[in-house]
Amino acid sequence: MVARGLIGGRRHAVLVMLFALLLAGASTFAPAQERSITMASTTSTEQSGLFAHLLPAFKQATGIDVRVVAVGTGQALDMGRRGDADVLFVHDRQAEEKLVAEGFGIQRTDVMYNDFVIVGPQGDPAGAKGRDVVAALAKIAARSASFISRGDRSGTHAAELRYWKMAGIDAPATKFAGYKECGCGMGPALNIASQSDAYVLTDRGTWLSFKNRGNLKVLVEGDQRLFNQYGVIVVNPAKHPHVKVQLAQAFADWVLSPAGQQTIASYRVGGEQLFFPNAPH
Amino acid sequence: MTMLPASTLIALRDASVAYGAVQAVRNATMRVAQGDFIAVVGANGSGKTSLLRLLHGVVAHSGSREVLRPAGVQAMVFQRPFLLRLSVWNNLRIALWLAQPDTATALREERAEEALRRVGLVALRDRPARSLSGGEQQRLALARGWAVRPDILFLDEPTASLDPSAKNDVEALLADFAADGMTLVMSTHNLGQAKRLANRVVYMDEGRIDIDLPTADFFGSGTLGRADLFLKGKLSWSLAG
Amino acid sequence: MSAVLESFATAFRLIVHADPALVRTVALSLAVSGSACLCAAAFGLASGAWLAVARFPGQRAVLLVLDTLLALPSVVVGLAVYLLLSRSGPLGSWGILFTPAAMVIAQTILVLPIVTALARQVVADALRDGGDQLRSMGAGALASAVLMLMHERWAMATVMLIAFGRAIAEVGAVMIVGGNIDGVTRVMTTTIALETSKGDLPLALALGFVLLVVVALLNVAIALFRRGSSPLAADLR
Repeated sequence: MVARGLIGGRRHAVLVMLFALLLAGASTFAPAQERSITMASTTSTEQSGLFAHLLPAFKQATGIDVRVVAVGTGQALDMGRRGDADVLFVHDRQAEEKLVAEGFGIQRTDVMYNDFVIVGPQGDPAGAKGRDVVAALAKIAARSASFISRGDRSGTHAAELRYWKMAGIDAPATKFAGYKECGCGMGPALNIASQSDAYVLTDRGTWLSFKNRGNLKVLVEGDQRLFNQYGVIVVNPAKHPHVKVQLAQAFADWVLSPAGQQTIASYRVGGEQLFFPNAPH
Repeated sequence: MTMLPASTLIALRDASVAYGAVQAVRNATMRVAQGDFIAVVGANGSGKTSLLRLLHGVVAHSGSREVLRPAGVQAMVFQRPFLLRLSVWNNLRIALWLAQPDTATALREERAEEALRRVGLVALRDRPARSLSGGEQQRLALARGWAVRPDILFLDEPTASLDPSAKNDVEALLADFAADGMTLVMSTHNLGQAKRLANRVVYMDEGRIDIDLPTADFFGSGTLGRADLFLKGKLSWSLAG
Repeated sequence: MSAVLESFATAFRLIVHADPALVRTVALSLAVSGSACLCAAAFGLASGAWLAVARFPGQRAVLLVLDTLLALPSVVVGLAVYLLLSRSGPLGSWGILFTPAAMVIAQTILVLPIVTALARQVVADALRDGGDQLRSMGAGALASAVLMLMHERWAMATVMLIAFGRAIAEVGAVMIVGGNIDGVTRVMTTTIALETSKGDLPLALALGFVLLVVVALLNVAIALFRRGSSPLAADLR
C-alpha cells in the first residue's frame, strides 16, 4: 500500500538488527527447567553465601535445580501459603509450626542453626559487652543508646522482639528514644548501624560477609538463647496441587541426610563455620 | 423560491457561521457556478476563511447550504500547507489515497505523476517535502489539490506567505487551472490578484457579504464600481503586486 | 571520593573482562526492558494516538487517570502483578511468577502510561497544526491518527527512549515479580540492590557505572541511526 516505499533500506536494516539483539537477549531467558524447584528462604541466609555452597552439591547429587527467592521470613512463609514456592527454608520455629498446623506445610524439621550476635560501636557506650543478651539489651535501653531493628517480620526481627521481652521490655519502640526500625533486610540494617554507630542484632553469617563495618564490633555472643534454629518445610500439595512435591521432598531429604548435613558444616567464611547441622537422627 | 441556474454547484441561503459567541459569517446568500473563479476579498477578520470553509462544507452552520452535485469533488489549498515529514512524492500519494482510497494503486501513481508534471515539481519528487521553499511547497499543495480532479478548488490566501516570484508561479498555475475549466474560489486580501485572476469578486465586511459582482463591474468606474471604497484603506491595493 | 574512583576502576575492569555472569545479567536487563518497551509501544502508541483523535463522554476523566498513572511507583506495580500471577491469584495457572516473562509484564504495565500519555500529547499537538487540513483531504479519525504517528516518528522514538530509561532503571517491580533468582531473574538493578544490602558498596556503584555505560552505548547507536536517516540531514551537511 502506501507503506511500501516509506520504509527505507537503512531503517529496515537497523530494525532487523535491533530485533536480532532482542532475540539474543531473550535467549538468556532460561527455559523453564523440568527438574527445578522454587525455594523461599531469607535474605540473611542467601547473603551468608550458604546456598552458593550447598545447592551445587545438591544439583550434583540429584540433578535438581533449586531457584532461591530470598525475602524476609514473613514473606517467605506467605509464599508457602500462596503456593508460590515448593519448599521453605527459614528460621522462625513458632511461625513455621503455625504454618504446618494450618495445613500449608507437610511437616517441619530442624536442619541447622547459626547464632545471633549483637554488634555495636567499639566504644560500647551502653556497656553491653558480655555473654548475656538479656542483660545487654536492658543496659542499651537504660542508656537509650542507638539500636537499629529490622522491623520487617523476619526471623531475626522475631528473635529480637523475644529477647526484648525477656528483658522486660514489651514494645521497645515506645520505651526508649534510641530504638529505630528500618523495615529492611539485615544488610541495610547493618549499613545504618555502621553509619550511625548504633547497636544491632544480626546473624553471624551476614556479619561475617558484611564489608561495610565502620566502627562496629561483635560485643555480645555465646549466649545459648542466641542460637537461631533453621527448619525446612515442603509445601503441602493438598493445598496447592501444582507443587513439585517429589522434587521438593528430595531436597528436604538430602539436606537432612548425612551428605547434606556434612555440606552445611563444611561451609566456612574467613575460616569460621557459620552453620551447625542439627537434623534429628 | 428562485430557481437556480443549471450550472450552480453550491448555493448558500441565509447561512451563518458562529464560533461560540463570535459571528464569523452572517446571513450569507450566494452561489458558486461552474466555471466561476471567485475572489473573496475583505480585511483580515472579515470572515473570508469561514466563508470558504462554509462553502467547502467543513464547518457547522445555520441556514441553508445546498450542494447540487453531491458526487462533486472538492479540494482545498491553505495559506501554509501542512506537509507530512515525507518526500514530495509520498505526500502526493498519501493525499490521493486519502481522497480516493478505492482507486487502484497504479492509477493513483499515474495521477500523482501527472500532478507533479502539471506543477513542475518532477525534479524534486524525492526531496523531503518540508525542505522545499515556500513557493515549491505551495505548488505541491496545488498538485495535491489538482490530482484529485476537483470540481471546485478552494484556496485560502494561497500566496500571502510567498515572495513575488513564487507568487507569480502560483498565479500562473491557477490561471491555467481556470483555463482548463476548473471552478475556483479563492480568498485574498490582494485586490490586484483578484483583478488579475478572478471573473467574480465577493467583498466581505464583518461577516456579511456586502458586494457580489463580476470583476469588470467591481473594478469599473460608474455607479457599480466599488473599488474606490478600498482606496480609503480598507484593503491593500496593489495592481502591480 | 576515592571510593568513587575505585568504583570507576572496578567498572572498567568488569567491562573489559566481560565476566560471563555479568554479561548474562546485562543481557537479561536489556532483553526484559527492551521487550517491555516493544509491548508498551505496540499498545501505547496506538492508544495515545487514538485518545488524541477520539471524542467520547468521560474523556477528561480518562486523561486524568492516565496522568495519575504516570506517577505509579514501580514497587506498587510489582506488587499488583505479583498478586495477579501468584499461584493463589487469578492468573496463577499461567505459572510464570519468578520468571523473566513476569518481569516483562510488570515493566510493560509500568511504562505503558508514559508511552500513552506522551504519544497522545505529541499527536494532539500535531493535529492542532495540521488536523484540519488532513480532514479536508479526506482523512477520518483513524487515518489522521496513523498519519500523525508516522509524521511524528522522531518524537515517538524519543518517547520510547524515555520509556526504556524508566524500565531499565527500575528495581521495585522486577525484584518482586522476578524474585532476584541468581542466574534466572537477576538483572542489573536487582544485583546493585543486592550488593548494596550486602554492604559491598564499591561493587554496587561499579555495577551502576556499567549499567550507565551500556545505556550510553545504546543511545550512541540510536543517535547515529537517527542522524543518518533524518529527512533533513541533507540540509545540515
